[in-house]
Amino acid sequence: MRLDQKGPFDAHDIPGTTLFDGTQAMKGYALNHMCWSFNAEANRQDFLRDPEAYCTKFGLNEAQKEAIRTKNVLAMLEAGGNIYYLAKFAGIFGLSVQDIGAQQTGMSVDEFKARLVAAGE
Amino acid sequence: MARIVGGISTSHIPAIGNAIAKGLQQEPYWKPFFDGYPPVYEWLDRVKPDVAVIVYNDHGLNFFLNSMPTFAIGAAAEYRNEDEGWGLRPLPPFPGDPKFSWHVIESLVADEFDITICQDLKVDHGFAVPMSLLFGGKGKWPVRTIPLEVNTVQHPLPTPARCYKLGQALGRAIESYSQDLKVVVVGTGGMSHQLEGKRAGFINKEFDLYCMQKIVTDPKALTKYTIPELVELAGSQGPELIMWLIMRGALRGRVTKLHSNYHIPISNTGAGLLLLENAA
Repeated sequence: MRLDQKGPFDAHDIPGTTLFDGTQAMKGYALNHMCWSFNAEANRQDFLRDPEAYCTKFGLNEAQKEAIRTKNVLAMLEAGGNIYYLAKFAGIFGLSVQDIGAQQTGMSVDEFKARLVAAGE
Repeated sequence: MARIVGGISTSHIPAIGNAIAKGLQQEPYWKPFFDGYPPVYEWLDRVKPDVAVIVYNDHGLNFFLNSMPTFAIGAAAEYRNEDEGWGLRPLPPFPGDPKFSWHVIESLVADEFDITICQDLKVDHGFAVPMSLLFGGKGKWPVRTIPLEVNTVQHPLPTPARCYKLGQALGRAIESYSQDLKVVVVGTGGMSHQLEGKRAGFINKEFDLYCMQKIVTDPKALTKYTIPELVELAGSQGPELIMWLIMRGALRGRVTKLHSNYHIPISNTGAGLLLLENAA
């Protein structure tokens, strides 16, 4: 569960960062459960045949469904998504962690990659 | 008696597995990373460890949020790598050493580390990529393995101090095994990176280099951090440092750094490599 700690021990205050804690894990269970199922190729194909029905089968709420429909990673995180499971969703569409990094930071993929390179300089 | 000959820390990024599968090691993007490894290969060829204990985190292949152990260990004759959903080609199964695993389990639990015991464990890229990096390309795996898995998915994660102590208990467990085996302990993951949120792409070179130095000479300095502090300093996946601390804790002899390499970026991360010798 989220602990309302103060000071340097609280990662909830780190800008642009949501700690995947108990609150998020409960909120995002259905979304993450669905994404976990994408480990199996047959499930990925089932999803692609009828995304809405697949989301409903896993009990996603409307915010989670809308985030999936629009492939909006920040909205998925807000709805309780965990990046490791969301990566399996991204994989269906061939999106790399640079692609989703660019989407989340509002940069082009080339700009995002250039920022990674710059971190080494 | 079993003897810990050394420790290795290495990145486990999936893209490395793809680069190996496609033979991209000498491409300009990959060369500064892969060129760090030959001194490790020479050491492994010379020392010829019998068993590798791989400390890694599962990213949603074997474990899900329905039941998430903080620490888990394999006790199987074989560990399978499988499809993780985004295209990394699964590798052939990895041989285990169940008798040795059960000895380690009994010793850890007697030492008050009540670890989850897995007779059936699928190992994901956190385990498979380091195995491929360190021991691949030889036709068959030249070592038996013991996977030691750590929760870095769902907070609260185990503290750095706890992980260092687990490493010390792991060292005692290995070295109390009656068989005459050479063991290498591999801490995987890291270094600074953040995959999610508006801070995605965060890398902290200065902190990574500090950690690479301290983990050799003064690992206890790193055990003073809390997990949230590591998130702040090294990004949301930066706490993977705890797996390096387990490796380091297991080396209880005279530790000498034989080799290191650090390169930014590999995928979204700072990629660090350390080869540590553990002399009696």
